[in-house]
Order: sequence, then C-alpha cells, then structure tokens
Amino acid sequence: MTEQFEPTIIGFTCNWCSYRAADLAGTARLKYPPNIRLIRLMCSGRLDPTFIFKALANGADGVMITGCHPGECHYLEQNYKALRRFHLVRRTLKGFGIEPERVKLVWASAAEGVKFASETTSFVEEIRELGPLHWGKNSGQFPGGGEPSEFEPAPESPEEVPA
Amino acid sequence: MTANTKPKFAMYWAASCGGCEIAVLNIHEKILDVDANFEVVFWPVAMDAKYKDVEAMDDGSILLTLFNGGIRNDENEHIAKLLRQKSQILVAFGSCACEGCIPGLANLSPAGEIVHTAFNTVSTDNPHQVYPRTSFDVPEGEINIPKIFPTLRTLDQVVDVDYYMPGCPPESHQIGAVIDLVVQVLQGKAELPPKGATIGAGNSTVCDECERVRNVKNITSFHRIYDVDIDPELCLLEQGIPCNGPATRSGCNARCVSAGAQCIGCYGPAEGVVDYGARLIAAFASVIESNDPDEIEAILDGIPDPTGQFYRFNLAGSLLKANKSAYEKA
Repeated sequence: MTEQFEPTIIGFTCNWCSYRAADLAGTARLKYPPNIRLIRLMCSGRLDPTFIFKALANGADGVMITGCHPGECHYLEQNYKALRRFHLVRRTLKGFGIEPERVKLVWASAAEGVKFASETTSFVEEIRELGPLHWGKNSGQFPGGGEPSEFEPAPESPEEVPA
Repeated sequence: MTANTKPKFAMYWAASCGGCEIAVLNIHEKILDVDANFEVVFWPVAMDAKYKDVEAMDDGSILLTLFNGGIRNDENEHIAKLLRQKSQILVAFGSCACEGCIPGLANLSPAGEIVHTAFNTVSTDNPHQVYPRTSFDVPEGEINIPKIFPTLRTLDQVVDVDYYMPGCPPESHQIGAVIDLVVQVLQGKAELPPKGATIGAGNSTVCDECERVRNVKNITSFHRIYDVDIDPELCLLEQGIPCNGPATRSGCNARCVSAGAQCIGCYGPAEGVVDYGARLIAAFASVIESNDPDEIEAILDGIPDPTGQFYRFNLAGSLLKANKSAYEKA
C-alpha cells in the first residue's frame, strides 16, 4: 500500500481580510485540507521574505500568502509591497533550484470564505503534484554535513595516464 | 633557547583566496604589535609549521586563532576542529568563514559538476581526461588528497565560534582596532566583548555611513552600473543601481559607494538581519514604482540574477544555504 504524500503548507493571512475569510470558511463548515497551517499577520505587507525562506528551510513544502484585494488594503497600499516581494521571492527561489510554484499569492476578502477554501484545496493538490521539498529532512541540519563524497563523475574508461 | 611565555597566536586559511592574509599584513607597522605581544605558532602563509605540530600542542594552548575560509573538504574540517580544540578564542575571520563568501556560491552546483568544470571544460587542457583521485597507491604506500564535501559550510556550521569578523577582506583599520583591543585585554586594560559578538565592524548599515543624498526612492527600472551615467551625489539605489547597502553591515566607511560603485555586501548581514537576501528582497521590492504584476515583472528583468545579487557573499550562511541540486547530492 502506498501512502499519499501529505504536504506541509504554511499560510500567511492578513488580520483584516484573509484570516476572516478562513474564519468564515470555518463557520460555514466548508471543507478544505488540513495541510495548511495559518499564521495571522496584521497585513500581508508585514510579510518579511525571511518568513518564507524560514518556512521552506524548516520543512514546509509550500507557502501561501494571502491578503486584501488590490486597492482594499487596511493600511492603504501595503498589499502592493507584498505583491512585489512575492514576484522577487519567486525569481530568487528559482536560483535556488526550488520550483517558484511552491509560493502562491491569493487575494481574499473577509467575505470570500468559499474562495479561500477552494484556493487552499487547489494549492495543496499542486504541491502534492510537485512532491516533497525535503529541505528540512535533516531537521534543520546543514545539508553539507555527513560523509564527504568521492570525486565524480569518473570518466569512462580513462586512457592510460603517461607516467 | 629561553621558553617563550608570550600568548600564542595562529591563523589558518581553509576555502578562501588568501586576501584575508594580505589584509592582515596590510596593517603595516601594527604587525609588529602582533609580534611583540604574541608568539606566532601556526600560520601557513607566513611561516613553516606542520599539522602534527599543532596536533602535539596542549588543548587550549593557543590564545587567539583567526580562521579564514569556508569548510569545503575534509582537510578544512579536520583543521577547523583541531584549532577549535587547541584555541581559547576562535575568530571566524573574513566573509568566507562567517558566511561562505564567493566560494559559497559553488553551493549553487553539485560537487561533481564543480570538479567536472574544473577538469573537463574547454578552458582546461586535459587531453587524457585525468581526474584527481582521493587516494592512490604508490610503492611507498597510499597517498591521499582531501575529499570534497557536497556543499561549502561556514565555520560556525562545523565548530563553535567565539567571535565573527566580517568583510571581504576585513578592512585593515578594523583589524588594527581589534589587535589594539586584544593587546589591551592582555594588559588588563579592557574586557573582551560577549561571546558570539561581531567584532571589527559597525552595528548599522552601509547606508548609514554612505554620504550620498537620499530622497524618496521610486524605481521604475534597474540598470547595470556600466550602462548608465551615475549622478555622483545621489543614492545609487535611487538611480536604479542594485546597491546592497540597505542590508549590509557598516564598518567599511562605505568605500565602494563613495568611489562610485554599488555596495555588493561583503560585510554581510547588518545587526539583527536573519537572512541577508530576504532583507534585500524586502528593501528592493518596497521601492519599485508599480502596482501592476506585468509591469513589476518587466522591472525585475533588470536584475538578471537575483540569487547571485542577494546572496553573493551570504549563500552558505543563508537560511536555504544551497541549491536543490547540490542539496540532493548530500
């Protein structure tokens, strides 16, 4: 029997919209997968990119950033900062060989419980498709540790080296 | 010969370029203070000593060891652990030991690929496809060369480190100041900073030391510095030059920016910064003048290699530390 891969996803939510959307999804008894762990911020603009890298480095397989729709930020325009950071983070992750799709941005107002639930569901499926990231498989240990590797690749049937 | 009662000093280079040693010699006549106050027992670039000499020393018998370079192979690791054991104060000296520096950028590729590039690309004359072997049998016995690790690690990812001295290389006036401090501590006139402190650097950012004029930053495009005429008075980031000053620790007197070149971040993360690149991403993204996703993407095309831009000196010391391809080979 093969076990299905259950991704760990960290969701950053805005106090004024998406966190309440998640609340609404709960009170409306909408079902969405339990893979997402929500962290409430006062605003998506509070999202330091450090949070995203820390989540991925410590074992998350994906990160979902949620905030107020453009133009509706409680703090006027901080969600636009989140938008720009999101774009730059995705480009940087690509350089690390991490699929940029592991980070997702969703706008969800306090009334959009249904949208929040459906976006979460589809994101979990997308990450399941991508497979585990395993960055933190050594529980935060630095990956370079362990046994040193022999040199590779060895050339195929190397010519006799002149003495 | 009379017994030398001066405290002992050592300096070692692991995966590094040797620039840190030059920077130490660049303190001019202050090097005589080092000689007057210390007995130099191990310093491969400056004197002849063997590893077995160090192995024969008592634990903790070296007072001060400046360790530069990252941990790339098992020889580096062995000496790092050895010097930790023999030293009372171990200083991660220079960017490589503190945060990986340029050698740490190799963490973007698997080790096998690095060896392949070094021995089998068009720039290498290697007609017989000779690759190094880590052990080889000769009539006299087996001989070895160090084995490479999958990734480069910083010194404090391998052993306990007492102090950090950033910079690529550390500025000579800062080295001089640290030597003055240590000499004063030896004479009982000063106290050592708390363990884990960053020494020989400021506590603020390069922007704080930079004398260029700063207004409200609104960037509509990024440029390579050689593509544009630079206003000599105005903040470089404001002119669309990706300048790493906002996240970089002060201590260099903003040398590059005052000479007209952007800060590339060799002094590492400023006080309180967890991930250097993340702080820069936050800083750069905040000043982009656009709220439209497509336009933002077009502006960001002006930074062709964001990972290299944000982690040039800090990759091995960052939260993610290495590329997935290098990591998977671990």
